[in-house]
Amino acid sequence: MSTLSISGLNVYFSTEDGPLHALKDVGFDVPERRIVGIVGESGCGKSTLINAILGLLADNGDIRSGEIVFEGMRDLTKLSARGMQDLRGLRISTVFQDPMGALNPVLSVGRQMTNIQYRSGQSHSEKVARAIEMLKLVRIPDAENALARYPHQFSGGMKQRIAIAMALMMEPALLIADEPTTALDATLEVTTIELLKDLQEKIGCSVLFISHHLGVIAELCDDVVVMYAGEVVERGTVRDVFQRPSHPYTRRLLECDPARQTQRTRVLPTIPGEIPDLRARPAGCVFAARCLDRHDGCDQHQPERSVSGGHAVRCNLVGSRQTQGEQA
Amino acid sequence: MLNYAIKRLGLSVAIVSLAMFLLFCMIYLVPGDPASVALGPRATDAMKEALRVKMGLDQPIWVQFMNFFMGAWTGDLGEEVLSGRPVLDVVFEQLPYTLVLIAGGISWSVALGIPLGCWAAIKRGSLADRMVGILSVAVIAVPSFVIAIYALLIFSVTLRWLPAIGAGEPGDVGDQLIHLILPSLAVGLGWVGYIARMVRASMLEVLEASHIRTARAFGLPDRTITYRYALTIAILPTITLLGVGIGQMLSSAVFAEIVFARPGVGKLVYDAILTRNFPVVTGAVLVTTVIFVLLNLIADLIVGALDPRVRSSF
Ligand SMILES: Nc1ncnc2c1ncn2[C@@H]1O[C@H](COP(=O)(O)OP(=O)(O)OP(=O)(O)O)[C@@H](O)[C@H]1O
Ligand SMILES: [Mg+2]
Repeated sequence: MSTLSISGLNVYFSTEDGPLHALKDVGFDVPERRIVGIVGESGCGKSTLINAILGLLADNGDIRSGEIVFEGMRDLTKLSARGMQDLRGLRISTVFQDPMGALNPVLSVGRQMTNIQYRSGQSHSEKVARAIEMLKLVRIPDAENALARYPHQFSGGMKQRIAIAMALMMEPALLIADEPTTALDATLEVTTIELLKDLQEKIGCSVLFISHHLGVIAELCDDVVVMYAGEVVERGTVRDVFQRPSHPYTRRLLECDPARQTQRTRVLPTIPGEIPDLRARPAGCVFAARCLDRHDGCDQHQPERSVSGGHAVRCNLVGSRQTQGEQA
Repeated sequence: MLNYAIKRLGLSVAIVSLAMFLLFCMIYLVPGDPASVALGPRATDAMKEALRVKMGLDQPIWVQFMNFFMGAWTGDLGEEVLSGRPVLDVVFEQLPYTLVLIAGGISWSVALGIPLGCWAAIKRGSLADRMVGILSVAVIAVPSFVIAIYALLIFSVTLRWLPAIGAGEPGDVGDQLIHLILPSLAVGLGWVGYIARMVRASMLEVLEASHIRTARAFGLPDRTITYRYALTIAILPTITLLGVGIGQMLSSAVFAEIVFARPGVGKLVYDAILTRNFPVVTGAVLVTTVIFVLLNLIADLIVGALDPRVRSSF
């Protein structure tokens, strides 16, 4: 059973210039106890996807169709606001990108950590003990006294570890991490990633990990989902996707990864062009305008094609049958 | 926090000293001889000269200033011209009435302004929000003496629900409170508007912050998020604003005291101006300045106590 199973998800934002199709036919699985990475350029819809899962889309956002099945039984798109609130922080937890702003500035860390245990049914001292235990787990020095301190008294890396401690405190089934290390420097990034992996094994949760840092994804994740302009263009195990990238976009992304540069170049290669306007999506492949392998077939609708078991791609250069369950 | 409090206190002392200096310059620059003004046209030259010596006006200007300055800091604000009573006593006799009036004004503005602003922010864009917006602008735009006069006409004269004049029977707290309702409303109503707008704006800003998104993502109930996570931050600029607003409320209090014939510093100054009792005017102005600075200090200390970031940045 998958912890999270998304299929045919379409999300629109209403804007002054008409509807913006932010997520189109998004589908992938987060299997139990696995870490799934989502990678894509800025604006490709990663945060929108998370917000759709959490039921926290902006007021002008709307899930038009699709399913987000959690733990094999509940479709989150059909859950009431109250039902969603009951899952958040308890079964599904989130760590956000910005460690500086993620904690409330006027409440002490201890207060915030005990507040989120409001559904645990435990006494105050038990909640405090649990908070201290979690802070120790994420290696906050002097955990007992840290509870009385305020967020601005911690460094960025510590704040992010506190945020991770808070997210895992209730032992959720799914941890969503939206670029949790982007704001940290390289060494902190590595330790934070290792910590996350450690804790994930300890708690046995699944993780949906968002990053635009391919090295981090390769290091941490089991599976990877490559997104472009609100679509999943390629997905599979990290091994398959990184070793046999089948979508031209994935290949370009891997070529552009600074960590992969063997020669010292003055200018990092980037992919020329921009993400298409999501208010007027092309009928065919979304990447066609920037693709080096562009040909006539690209103007047609691109169904998801299977490369090998679990490795699927939306590109007609991959001459294979359609994956099952694809609603073309 | 102690550090912050000491620094803030030092600043307050500096502000009051500056106010004393300005006040002294003002008295000095006012045309006419204070002694002749005080004694009226029929006084003899000898009487004027005697008063001038008594008031220290024969001394060089810097001695006069030092006398005034040192006197003011030690509570000696001179004497009332005719009765010879110390000005400080005269002002302190009236001060409680004004302080109660301003406290009443603040109570109105806080008790109505904060919930209204909060409500408007949560129901952003709704009819309720727009109503609060229009109402805020309306009460801000109408001068407080107009509110005072209309409140008097409607509730006291026409409806006869509330007493029109005075501060109530001494010793009867209930009666005094009833007498306080209309004047304090006149003083505070405009500030209901300011506070509602301020709270709404800062609430909207705080609700957009990423820590609020985090709180939502942790499944905290909306009530907790609104009141404990957002309002505690959104309230901070409002407290600072109120500290400044007390200055304006003091001037509204003058009108309210005149319209409702209430005792108080405003009424005292008004009468003193009419009778050219200048030592009382300067004394009262100085005392209200000190009170204004003091209340501002308190507002800042409250913000310091509520916001850990301010505390440690000093
Ligand atoms: N509330 C909204 N109203 C209108 N458009 C929106 C809204 N939120 C997001 N979008 C649009 O949806 C698209 C996806 O945005 P999203 O924030 O999900 O991207 P992202 O992949 O998280 O980017 P980043 O890496 O910069 O965080 C963008 O084109 C964005 O402009
Ligand atoms: Mg994002």
